[in-house]
Amino acid sequence: MNAAVTDTAPTRIALVGAPNCGKSTLFNGLTGGRAKVANYPGATVETRHGRFTTPAGRNVDLIDLPGFYGMSPRSLDERLALDTVLGKLDTAPELILALVDAATLRTHLQSVLQLRAIGAPMIVVLNMFDLATRDGLEIDIHRLEKELGLPVVTANATRKAGREALLAKLDAALGQKEFAMPPSGHFPAPEDVREHQVEARRIASAAITYEPPFNRATRAIDRVVLHPIAGPFILAALLFTMFQMVYTWSAGPVDMLDAGAGALGDFIAAHLPPGWLHDLLVDGVIAGVGSVIVFLPQIIILFTFILILEASGYMARAAFLMDEIMHRFGLNGRAFIPLLSSFACAIPGIMASRVIENDRDRLTTILIAPLMTCSARLPVYALIIGAFIPAEKVGLFNLQGLVLFALYITGIISAVLIAFIFKRTIAKARSQPLIMELPTYKLPNAKDFFISLWIRASAFLKRAGTVILTTSVILWFLAAYPASATSLKESYAGRLGSLLEPLLAPIGFNLEIAIALVPGMAAREVAVGALGTVYAVHGATENSSGLAETLQSAWSLPTALAFLAWYVFAPQCFATLATIRRETGSWKWAGFALGYLFALAYAAAGLTFWTSRAAGL
Amino acid sequence: MQLTDMKKGAVGRVTAISGADPLIEAKLREIGFAEDDPVELAHLGPLARTPICVRLNRTLIALRAEEACAIEVELDQ
Repeated sequence: MNAAVTDTAPTRIALVGAPNCGKSTLFNGLTGGRAKVANYPGATVETRHGRFTTPAGRNVDLIDLPGFYGMSPRSLDERLALDTVLGKLDTAPELILALVDAATLRTHLQSVLQLRAIGAPMIVVLNMFDLATRDGLEIDIHRLEKELGLPVVTANATRKAGREALLAKLDAALGQKEFAMPPSGHFPAPEDVREHQVEARRIASAAITYEPPFNRATRAIDRVVLHPIAGPFILAALLFTMFQMVYTWSAGPVDMLDAGAGALGDFIAAHLPPGWLHDLLVDGVIAGVGSVIVFLPQIIILFTFILILEASGYMARAAFLMDEIMHRFGLNGRAFIPLLSSFACAIPGIMASRVIENDRDRLTTILIAPLMTCSARLPVYALIIGAFIPAEKVGLFNLQGLVLFALYITGIISAVLIAFIFKRTIAKARSQPLIMELPTYKLPNAKDFFISLWIRASAFLKRAGTVILTTSVILWFLAAYPASATSLKESYAGRLGSLLEPLLAPIGFNLEIAIALVPGMAAREVAVGALGTVYAVHGATENSSGLAETLQSAWSLPTALAFLAWYVFAPQCFATLATIRRETGSWKWAGFALGYLFALAYAAAGLTFWTSRAAGL
Repeated sequence: MQLTDMKKGAVGRVTAISGADPLIEAKLREIGFAEDDPVELAHLGPLARTPICVRLNRTLIALRAEEACAIEVELDQ
């Protein structure tokens, strides 16, 4: 160990490569998965940073960048990767690790030549070398090194031994002075792309001594999965199973968390003298944050499915199968993944829209993501359906289940129609290309999976601990004060609700609903607890039969149906609006989303109320 | 002939990559289309003959007919 080296500032190294080349696996392997997400001011993007120490004792700040195929960037993700490499966002990295999936060296060598042309100091890493050689691929590494004039190292990102050669090369490279030069480059002209391609093919042909045919397992699976008839059925079956699992598997853990939150509230109630602190903790913090944390199991199950489908290579196939139908409605096949995530929560969905290449396509996707029925609406739907829709059979189906399904479908159909309108009005643009690689099928890596799942789950918990905690406390205050108030109606929340009531009366909402909608702005599911408080039902939770009975006598059926219709559209979650602002870079689009969703919610609730009244319900 | 005119399962060779948009051409090249490389029309989308999925060397690429028509191919005999 060289103490003099360890004292210096960490060396910045960027990890670049095409999507699916095992970049994240190498990042997780080198850094142990301990990553910090960095936000650049002004840019609505994030990169992952991780630290590790080389065998010679050098501290490294490793930057994981979104995948890109070359230097003609299209998507926000790709632009971010290139800007980081070129040092436009921060100090340029001192060294680039250019990752290439060894199995597809012939295709992806050209991006290495493009990077070489901008003068970036780099090491070429032939990743997943073990898999490629097992397939029968033979590469002459020395020849490749000589032709490229760059250090080349083979790696197997999943195993520690597979990273040792890379670490050794890293120390050797960092020991040379000329590697501490920032790249001073520019994007290659499109004509240069052709030149790099010819050169890349020549080098690949010289260095690859034997190339086996295309992966047979992938070919066999795709024959079924991409079959024009079987393919869409398999996709539908997978999605159906996913939603079933989200609701059936999560039931137990959700009840446990619910009971846990209740027990914690009881414990505090028993050990803290009555007073404002007691009320704040029990009614504000535990009731508010607890009602959101109970969704953690659903979020985890949904992301388990999404992450496995993504890591296995299936997601790109889903986008392929869905592209044409989505294209006809003005969307892009790649919008499929963000919209699917939005069924758990619109926030990760909106963030996942970064993979969409075109700004206008991306904007449309962001604006319709809140229409996908997120898991926070479920407690509201469950309460109202349980109270007002009889559990009778309609043919083979349960009427309650049919209503729930209808609410989901209404959201989806509205989203499609609205996308269709937006693409012809506010997000008008020429049709954008879809050019994407369908990766060979792989077994997902367990470590990568758990790290990704943890990133999602902790982001959700962080939201519960910040936005929802804050709003819960504020709303508790509004509902509990002024101290002179003898009922909720006299409290600040009640007064706000009274102000709203005249606006909501035409769509069949009463004062109690108006009051419950105020806290519902923080998070949709909070409205359930708020209704419980308004109707003074002690200990009302989403499954409380007491609250359901109270509502049955207090609301007419048209009011209940109007309330459901309202919730299909209402933009009732500030965190989603804040995410839209962050991802679009302006309050303009967040405000637009707020406005159009409220208008739709109001119209839908009104229409439902008056038609069901006219129908004599 | 154009890539979009190939039959499913047909194998050919790329003879030219052109098209009005130089950025699309760059994109096609960067993802792996190259003159003289073999190309196989592996799959067609379920709704229409778009998007299509082609095999290039050891990769599978999906693209819409609009972009695919920039690629000229010659069928293997």
